[in-house]
Formats: sequence, structure tokens, C-alpha cells
Amino acid sequence: MTVEPTTAPRPARRRAPAGWAYAAPTALIVLVLFIAPLVLVVFMSLNKWPLLGAAKLNFPANYTKIPGDPLFLDSVLFTLKYTVIITILLSAVALGLALLVQDRRRGVGFFRAAFFLPGAVGFAAAGLVFYGMLNNDFGPFGFLGVNWIGSPNMALTSTIILVLWRFAGFNMLILLTGLQAIPVEVYEAARADGANRWQIFRRITLPLLRPTIALMLILSITGSLLAFDQFFIFTNGGPDNSTVSMVMVVYRNAFFRFDLGGAAALSMVLLVVLVALNAVQMRILRGATTK
Amino acid sequence: MKYYSPRLALSVIFLFPLIWSGWASVQGPDGLTTANYRSIVGFGEGLGTYVTNSLTLSGMTVIGTVLVATLGGYAFARFSFPGKNLLFLAALAILMVPYATILIPLYVLLDYVGLQNSLLGLSLVFVMFQLPFALYMMRNSFEAIPREIEESALVDGAGSLRVLLSVLLPAVRPGLVTVGLFAFLASWNDFFAPLILLSDGASFPLPVAVVSMTQRTFGAIDYGVLQAGVMVMAIPCLILFLVLQRYYVRGFMSGALRG
Repeated sequence: MTVEPTTAPRPARRRAPAGWAYAAPTALIVLVLFIAPLVLVVFMSLNKWPLLGAAKLNFPANYTKIPGDPLFLDSVLFTLKYTVIITILLSAVALGLALLVQDRRRGVGFFRAAFFLPGAVGFAAAGLVFYGMLNNDFGPFGFLGVNWIGSPNMALTSTIILVLWRFAGFNMLILLTGLQAIPVEVYEAARADGANRWQIFRRITLPLLRPTIALMLILSITGSLLAFDQFFIFTNGGPDNSTVSMVMVVYRNAFFRFDLGGAAALSMVLLVVLVALNAVQMRILRGATTK
Repeated sequence: MKYYSPRLALSVIFLFPLIWSGWASVQGPDGLTTANYRSIVGFGEGLGTYVTNSLTLSGMTVIGTVLVATLGGYAFARFSFPGKNLLFLAALAILMVPYATILIPLYVLLDYVGLQNSLLGLSLVFVMFQLPFALYMMRNSFEAIPREIEESALVDGAGSLRVLLSVLLPAVRPGLVTVGLFAFLASWNDFFAPLILLSDGASFPLPVAVVSMTQRTFGAIDYGVLQAGVMVMAIPCLILFLVLQRYYVRGFMSGALRG
């Protein structure tokens, strides 16, 4: 770095070359590992692209065969069903937990940590805990005689319990940041006016928490639509392919059917859906913030 | 009591699976045993290999993320240059793109550049995935520092790099810890990216290696050994989280999740 002339009033900020130099690693990562793969995935989706061997242009075959892929169509319905259920349950549980631990009291730090701790453990590890715990020969719940992954509905239910356990604390923490941003004076004023706890929750907490709830919903919806680990590890798509998510189909196409072109086309569909969804949600979120 | 009993009951429910897993990992047919841990040491390519892989991967990811995000955050907070906003938006857009959409072409791309099946290649991918959060966090950390602090140093003739290293870096340390912690937890725990980008068992990190125990086509699954594997993966995260909880929560408070 050269020495700045002392006469320049705000020297560092103005110099574009230095700014570029500091931003160069970021630019390199974004270009090589993000923009380039995005361009490549579009190109791959236009080609017959086997896992091994030469690629060959075959547009639009990778796209036109999507509606004829029953596994993918089933996975779309299954993933949507899963997303709706998990988003509703996760929001409700997270909100309940956040309300339970919002006040500063003795021991509240312990409760917060206890609820959050499953979130510090990796999703793969969490999945394996449930894999063992819900195995009736090995786990502690064998006496109940419930076949936890024996039927499609039970497999989904068990997975939902796993995801609630792993992510409730994470979402609680998001809501807690919103709850703590509500000024104490607002509550005091409401109490002085004789509002009861339900009225305070309904008329003050909930409306002021709207932007935070919107953020939680966005994260939960986008995360659930892209679910993979929980089904791959815990149910392995079974029984009878009843818990195969969309991303699992992308994975199977690429690495079991050796059809990278088809997988690229499916992931383009995912991309378009996610970007559209994000755009819609961003507008809702912005609406919620300005209210 | 009315305050504590429901919260305690819920705490027990939330802690139970982890406690059970720890308990199951030291249980054998004849009571308490270390057999599961002794047995996992020799599993597959050897537990040492997988732990080394995971540590290498997380180490490179943490260093890379902290380095790139510190320099980038400094650039975005304190300099103006053409393309600045475009680059920042492009980095945040990483959040919008599904994991699978970007990993499928990366599998091909890393092969082109000879980084297929490489922990270095995978850690660079993790740095990219961490970038939106880390960059946002570091830019905000730099912006929160009053400009007067560095201006006196600049007037004294120090270059912008000197100012960054000696004046600003100590001030953004909490942000750095947060960014490093998130980068560690993400790279240590991630399952999907190594599953796709690594093909050789000898380069697997812990999550892929331990999950592969359940996917064996022959032989019975040893659930006790599996829970020992869970503990090996989980304990470092639990300790780090408990020690650095403050920095973790900072990541949530910063609004960086909003992207």
C-alpha cells in the first residue's frame, strides 16, 4: 500500500483499485464456484450428459421427459405435503418455546440451551440418533410396539418428529430475537390499560412479531422443499419410495441412473421454483416489515 | 414451580435423544463397556482417517471463509469501486439457489480443474456456501466501527492494509468468531456436499463415513457402534456451542439470516 497524501480528506474509501483488491477473493469465489456452475448447469440440462463419456446436445429431451417420470411427480407431491406439515408444526412449536423462555429469569439460559442443543448437532448425526432410537430391537421405545418406519405414514411422522426436535430450537432463537426487539414499554402500557395475557399476545406480540415470523416461514419453506438428509439417512426413501423428496430424485438421477443431464434439468426446475418463491416471499416480508 | 415444571419437562424431552445416544454408545450385552468405541476405531478406513479428513476440511473452510469475508467485508464497508453493489448482490444470491442445483455442475466443474474427490475443492465449495452469511456479517461489523478511529491512523500515513490489520481487526473480532463458528459447524456437519463431491472412501469426512455404516448391503448394523460414531461427531459441536453460545446468538441477532 502506498502512503496516503495527508491532504486527502477521506482517503481510503475513495480508491477503487484498493477496494477491488480486497474484494478480489470474493469475486473469484462468486465467479468460479457460483456463476460458472450456474451457467454449466443450464448447459448440462440441454445435453445428454452421462456420468462417464461424452456429452451430446439433446434439447429439449431432458425437460420433456420430466412429466413422464412418476418418481419425480410423486416426490413433488410428497415434498409439498411434507413442507406444509413441517412448516405449520415447526412454527407452532418454535413460537411456544420462544414464549416460554422470553423472560429473563433464573435458569432461563439453561432452558434455551436445552431447546437449542439438538440444533448444534449435525443433521446427519441427529438422523442417526433417531435411526437407533426408533429401532425397536435396539431403542428404548420397543415396548410401545410401534413400527416407526414400517408404513408410509409412520415414516413421515417419525421424520417430522426428528425434524421438529432438530430445528425447533433454531426457529425459537429466530423468534426470540424478534420478541426481544419489542420494547418493554409497549407491554407495560397494555397492562396499565387492563389488557389480559391473551389480548397482549393477540394484539401486541403477534403483530409486532410478523416480520420475524415471515422470516422463519421463508427459511422453513425453502429448507423443507430442498429436504434431503432426513429422508436419505433416516428412511432412505422408504418404505416403497413413499418418502422420496425432490432433491433425492435429482441425486438418484445423477448417481444411480448416471444421467447428469436429467438431474441438471430437474435442478433447473427446482431453481426456478425456489427463485420465484423467494421473490414472492420477499415481497410479503417487505410488506410485513413496513407495516 | 408453576414456572419451572413445564420448562423442565420440555428440557428433558429435548435432551433425551442426545443423552440416550451417549448412553447407548457405552452399552454392551453385559452392561457398561468401551467396546463400541474400540470397535469404531478400526471401522472402514479407520476412525483416525475420517477424523483427520473432517478436521482438515473444517480447518480449511474456517480459514478460507474468515480470510475471504474479512477482506470482502472491508471492501464493501469502506471502499467504493465499480461493480460493488453487483458483486454484493451476486454473493447474496448464493442463498437463493438450491444446494443440489449448484452441486451437480460443481461435480463436473471440479473434475475439469482436477479437484474432484479433493478436500481442498470441497472446502472451497463450503467457503462459497458460507459467503452470503459471512460477508454480510463482516460488512456490518466493519460498518459498526466509527470512521474516526481509522482516519487518524490514515492521516498518520498508514496504508489501508496496515489500518485493517492493526486498527480494525481487533475491533471486528466478535464478528470473526461468529463467522468462524458458523463455518466450522457447517463444514463439520454437512452431509450432502461431500456425498456428491467425494467418491473415495479414504477421503470421506465423518458424517458420510458414519452414515455409510447404515447403508451396508451385507452384515448386521451394529447400533451401539453407530451411536459411538454419533458421539464422535456431536461432542465437538456441543462443546463449541456451549463455550461460544454468545457468538452463535450474535449470528442470529445480526439479521444476516435475512441475507
